[in-house]
Amino acid sequence: MPVKIAIASGKGGTGKTTVTVNLYHFMSKILNSKVQIADCDVEEPNASIFFEELESAKSKQVTQLIPFINTDTCTFCRKCVDYCEFNAIIVIPPAQFAEVSPSLCHSCGACLYACPEKAIIEQPNEIGQINTFNHGVDESFLIEGRLKIGSSMQTMVIKDLVKDDWINKEVILYDAPPGTSCSVVATITQANYIILVTEPTPFGLHDLKLMIDLVRKLNKPFGVIINKADEYSDTYTYLKEEGIEILAEIPFNIDYVKSYAQGSILKNIPSDIESVYTGITQKLKNKLIHHA
Amino acid sequence: MLEITVLSGKGGTGKTTITAALASMVSPAIICDNDVDAADLFLILNPEIKQEGTFLSGQTATINTDLCSNCGICHSLCQFDAIELTNNEYQINPFNCEGCRLCERACPESAIETKPDNGHKWYESVTRFGSFVHAQMEPGEENSGKLVTFIRKKAKALAQAQNIKIILNDGPPGIGCPVIASLTGTNIVLLVIEPTLTGRHDSLRVIDLIKNFGIPAYAILNKSGINNDMEKIIMSDLKDQGIPLLGKVPYSILFRDAMKEQLNILEHAPESESAKAIQLIWNRLNKIKSESQLLTHQ
Repeated sequence: MPVKIAIASGKGGTGKTTVTVNLYHFMSKILNSKVQIADCDVEEPNASIFFEELESAKSKQVTQLIPFINTDTCTFCRKCVDYCEFNAIIVIPPAQFAEVSPSLCHSCGACLYACPEKAIIEQPNEIGQINTFNHGVDESFLIEGRLKIGSSMQTMVIKDLVKDDWINKEVILYDAPPGTSCSVVATITQANYIILVTEPTPFGLHDLKLMIDLVRKLNKPFGVIINKADEYSDTYTYLKEEGIEILAEIPFNIDYVKSYAQGSILKNIPSDIESVYTGITQKLKNKLIHHA
Repeated sequence: MLEITVLSGKGGTGKTTITAALASMVSPAIICDNDVDAADLFLILNPEIKQEGTFLSGQTATINTDLCSNCGICHSLCQFDAIELTNNEYQINPFNCEGCRLCERACPESAIETKPDNGHKWYESVTRFGSFVHAQMEPGEENSGKLVTFIRKKAKALAQAQNIKIILNDGPPGIGCPVIASLTGTNIVLLVIEPTLTGRHDSLRVIDLIKNFGIPAYAILNKSGINNDMEKIIMSDLKDQGIPLLGKVPYSILFRDAMKEQLNILEHAPESESAKAIQLIWNRLNKIKSESQLLTHQ
């Protein structure tokens, strides 16, 4: 069974992708395991940006099945309208009009089940893509979901991504989207362990608490990485009171911010950053890999 | 009425920080936090709640195991993998259930019931900058887009009641369902971009989305100074996309200090370069705003 680790944060911009990319780098090196990144931030997938000499490998469409009502066989009985909980179907009997709105449809299949005339069929509608990338000999080391611009079905793309056959290495790192909604749940339910990346600010702490609430509801083991660490004591006090493990503190460093800006965090890694990630990797190994 | 929505694509570029600073100058306006699943603006606005309520949006099914005959029909019909077989009993995973009621309708034993979710809290508050509409989504829930639409309607009603002409929306990150809910029907988008490779990449995706909606967008380059080359690239992107740059806000640790004091940058460090830059941006936006109000009145 692969070891599955999700990296989430609640607040955006705390360093989820930076942590994911570094963990990929150090876990591959130290553990001698095949590590794979699954970029689940399908609205803004950008883990691939941090790797040079990246090669696009495989690609496939993610589709949503949208019901289509055949008005030749439809009797305009409106049973489908009654069954649709999402108000996605409009049927106007006098006008012999029956249509499904793709933007409201959840593809639950209730209308197909309802239709006594079998007048409804499902047709695929593109909502995004799944892409893999190679890095030298490391094939499909990165797999990403990419939401089609204009689609609001981000969670459906994530659900397809996380169960894809192309996710097949020994250690999987799921890079989660920001926020605390269903798209985050779809990402982190896959994981055996969750890393919450926070920044020690009032915004960071507030969103961290929401995430802790969520991972506790999901009954997942987790630990916290404090990124851009400084002396904001509320975060530390809270974590101590709650008995939550701090996996690591990553010091704030303006030079590191600058190399992040260029997208070159894997080049000339500062020694303090290296020792932080070596430490995290050891902790994760003790926690997850011995028992796996 | 003029609605201004602050977006970014990438999270953490400074949407809320900029919105909080604009709040000092935009008065009288209704401020509305559209980032309902990580709502942070209240931490600076320090609202006094005047009215609150619950927005019921979703529903979830449950199986009564005493009535269930374990036929498995619900399991085979569910499109959301929400029905799980554990210890020989079918159970519903509430996080996966989308409340479509297909299982309930199909169950031959009538063993399934669908009940409304607890719902999300919404608030109408008073702050030192005027009225503020905000919400807190229950963590893990869906329908955050519907909640955004709901609180935006509340903000509009409040603006009408108070005869206020401007709504300032602090938007969510990304380009998906809550962002679409935040964009629909707004008049101006303020795009907060940070000069990083990811900031650039993500801004291009949200720009594409905004163009689909045909809404005029104006850019603010935040955290200016951390990478000059990237700034140049982003400025050339903006030129290509026909998006005017309202100004650059210098990167400063003062923003973090201000946040800790529950203040915006204009209150915490009014003489700082960053505060002055935001004032300049506001002056430019004000000009554009009056022009576009003329347009909407015509």
